[in-house]
Amino acid sequence: MCCRYGVISLGLFIMVGSAFAQGPGGYNPIGPGVDLAGNWGPVMHEDAHERGPGPELANYLGLPITDGARSYGLAWDASRFTIPEHQCEVHIVSYIYRGPYNLRIWEERDPVSQKLIAIKQYIDNYQQTRTIWMDGRDHPPDAVLHTWMGFSTGKWEGNILSVYTTHLKWGWIRRNGLRHSDQATLVEHFIRHGDHLTHTTVLTDPATLTEPLIKTSDLVLRLQNGQTWLYPCEPVVEIVRPRGTVPHYLPGENPFIHEFADLYKIPVEAALGGAETAYPEYQSKLKGTAAK
Amino acid sequence: MKRLAAGIFLICLPVIALARQPSGEIQTLKVQGNVYLLTGAGGNIAVQVGDAGVLVVDTGVAEMSDKVVAAIRKLSDKPIQYLINTHMHPDHTGGNDAVRKAGLTYVGANITGNLTDAGVGAQIYAHDNVLKRMSAPTGRQASASFGSSPTETYLSNRKQMFFNSEPIEMIHQPAAHTDGDSLVFFRRSDVVVTGDIYVTTSYPFIDLERGGSIQGEVDALNNILEMAIPGYQDEGGTYIVPGHGRISDRPDLLEYRDMVTIIRDRIQAAIKKGMTVEQVKAARPTKDYDGRYNAKSGFGTAEMFVEAVYKSLTPKK
Repeated sequence: MCCRYGVISLGLFIMVGSAFAQGPGGYNPIGPGVDLAGNWGPVMHEDAHERGPGPELANYLGLPITDGARSYGLAWDASRFTIPEHQCEVHIVSYIYRGPYNLRIWEERDPVSQKLIAIKQYIDNYQQTRTIWMDGRDHPPDAVLHTWMGFSTGKWEGNILSVYTTHLKWGWIRRNGLRHSDQATLVEHFIRHGDHLTHTTVLTDPATLTEPLIKTSDLVLRLQNGQTWLYPCEPVVEIVRPRGTVPHYLPGENPFIHEFADLYKIPVEAALGGAETAYPEYQSKLKGTAAK
Repeated sequence: MKRLAAGIFLICLPVIALARQPSGEIQTLKVQGNVYLLTGAGGNIAVQVGDAGVLVVDTGVAEMSDKVVAAIRKLSDKPIQYLINTHMHPDHTGGNDAVRKAGLTYVGANITGNLTDAGVGAQIYAHDNVLKRMSAPTGRQASASFGSSPTETYLSNRKQMFFNSEPIEMIHQPAAHTDGDSLVFFRRSDVVVTGDIYVTTSYPFIDLERGGSIQGEVDALNNILEMAIPGYQDEGGTYIVPGHGRISDRPDLLEYRDMVTIIRDRIQAAIKKGMTVEQVKAARPTKDYDGRYNAKSGFGTAEMFVEAVYKSLTPKK
């Protein structure tokens, strides 16, 4: 007898519990993570000089670049921007968040199960729509097209959205000639603190970086509507040149190599970067070294 | 000693061309429109499928040909009617014989009975210089078997055909990777197949012994650049299938064109200064790109590329 009541009690408990778990209207699972949806804008006073007007030429200070990447940068001539094919080149996903832009984030959920399929982003600079797949899918084979936004998958680590991106094109490390290759990969962390969003990027590229390049940027929630720009781009011939001309400096002929170093009275060797220039110990190495 | 080394190098060129070993498995990817990419058979293979049949651009190495045919058959059971070779190297033509035999050529005319298959397999199209390079005068050993050789060649700068409701152009690029290079442009699918003029895996291999040149290579890259029209926000649009490596679009090709042009300019400047080829190699004119494009072995290494560019730019005495 006692056992029969026990079974009935257990059944009632499960039914009541299930009813509460489903909530009114059906099953509403509590998923991991936080809601990142909304319109966000960058806090542009962070690294404003680099992110607004742009960095000085031959300023590679603090960047863990390879010798090859440095040579690439010193060969780069800003006139390359005048070539029509380069004019509408989109800022790569590893760099685009450093520019002036507005960011809209929203979720894409399965209409029936409401499971999270993807977190989508619209970055109005260059009108890029980015998809961060949250459904556990694999990255595609390397032989498919690489894109400006790459192929991204994400997961929640507590309340942090961590994203892994492959299939990138060549793109900026710094907008003064330093570029990473199409073999680069990117890890990001989106961390929400109320109306603030911290975005951390960890860029890895065996071709151009000797160690991962880590940056953080901050964004604030924007409640005013209409925070999205358009970015139509139409290339034009700005300078008539012989077919196939690629502006560049021959080795040893970059006229701007001393400009940044002279302005800030630091050795050219330091201005040309490398991993060691990112660490405090490098200051002791420079002690006693006069600006050249 | 240097002459001996150079002689050994030249003798080994066909072997070096084979050095791009297949991966063992064929991977099939859709490019766009009617065009697919098969990787893993040595050089990349493009396959156009439609109601009329199958057209194949390049056939990989010989030892992978059974798997290539099987991969094509998964895409379509229609007859393989045409092969096109972008150039003569065996990592792109090695499967010609097997793929040709798996196909057919329709015939007509005043023949009684129900004879529709000529019994010769598929047709193989290429620029005439490909046939010349793959064949040999009587009494000498040809570099390829008779069954692998092109059956239809063109001598002008382009050949056009219409297949599977799509205009297709073969556009000769003189003296680029070799002297028999063809771009294959699928105009409705909007896909350009480049052969080894453009690869994403290494520096370009300029086969000087088979009529290649650095200026022809640069010209060909500029030609592809002008054919390709990017899509929304400078991405996609015309897809480019390289001879080796991944599917690309115009920005990818642009980076490669810039690289080849810049290195050519550096070596040209060094030659004007009177530097020897060894001095130029020691100066590392490819330094900024070696981390990405320097092949570890075989061809496409920085050393081979620099030497080929130097020789190509040096007037013959």
